[in-house]
Amino acid sequence: MDMLQVSVWRGAASGGYRTYEVPRQESQSVLDVVTYIQRSIDPTLSYRFACRVGMCGACAMTVNGVARWTCRTHVAKVAQGNAIQIAPLANLPLVKDLVTDMREFFDKWARARGQFVPSATRHEDFARVASDSPGRVAANAGIECIGCGVCYASCDVVSWNSGYLGPAALNRAWTLVNDVRDGARRERLAAVAGDAGCHACHTHLSCSERCPKNIAPTAAIAGLKRAVAIAAWKGEL
Amino acid sequence: MGAKAETWLWIAQRASAVLLAVCVLAHLLTIIYAMRHGLSGAAILERTRGNAVGLAFYSLFVLAIAVHAPIGLRTLCQEWLGWRSASLNWCMAAVAAALFAFGLRAAWAVFA
Repeated sequence: MDMLQVSVWRGAASGGYRTYEVPRQESQSVLDVVTYIQRSIDPTLSYRFACRVGMCGACAMTVNGVARWTCRTHVAKVAQGNAIQIAPLANLPLVKDLVTDMREFFDKWARARGQFVPSATRHEDFARVASDSPGRVAANAGIECIGCGVCYASCDVVSWNSGYLGPAALNRAWTLVNDVRDGARRERLAAVAGDAGCHACHTHLSCSERCPKNIAPTAAIAGLKRAVAIAAWKGEL
Repeated sequence: MGAKAETWLWIAQRASAVLLAVCVLAHLLTIIYAMRHGLSGAAILERTRGNAVGLAFYSLFVLAIAVHAPIGLRTLCQEWLGWRSASLNWCMAAVAAALFAFGLRAAWAVFA
């Protein structure tokens, strides 16, 4: 039987890689490999997953240097010969082994005003938003984000500027800026402007390249730059 | 620096980039013209002395550089050196003033 040589990060920030031998199988995902190690070789290995079918975003890790959903990554696609290296997501504090602390990532969504702020009450009629209206189309482009953190881990600017809100939070803000029902546009644009916000993006496009949902946060960030500039020009910032 | 000021810096950098694109192109074409026609230093000075349009053009060029370069340099310092204190803004203001002063001095030198 073919055996995979799987190098897995163990420990916290001061840890190191440990190599495990895992039987290679057909249609094997990287998550299958990690699960095999934990259940059959070393039960002390910590990792995170939930749905196993690309819906929850919990199993994102760095596979051979690239952030990916491990459940949707076939071993055949990434193995170099019979070798795979698996590490935790970059740009996030490490809890243990392959588990990162996602708090800062989601706190940044809140800092980017990622919460919907209704402009109407329950006593008013439903808002009718035409599916082909420009705002709806722009929001649709980014609305499927499930918060896996792959874009955040792939972003060079996050690694240089720890305060940077990151692609996912800015993408979320852009969907709300385009939501005609939302009532916090001005506050949101102020929250995403500046050195920690959309203006820090260098358009490297790593987030758009690696997003498993094929979302383009770079386009959302460019949209925010335009919207913020127009708001500043009008004295609304 | 606040979000509003950062936004205006971003706008200033993009606007100066547009100006620079035009100015650099005109500057390069001027150099190519001078080289192709074998103009000597004296012949070039003969054309630039008292040329108000030339002085206005290069003053604008210098202004665009003095706005554009320090803003970009400031970002580099923040990201690569982790220099984010107020001293950075003062230092970049000094860089802008120096670029503007030395640039204008050069433009004036070939005009007067």
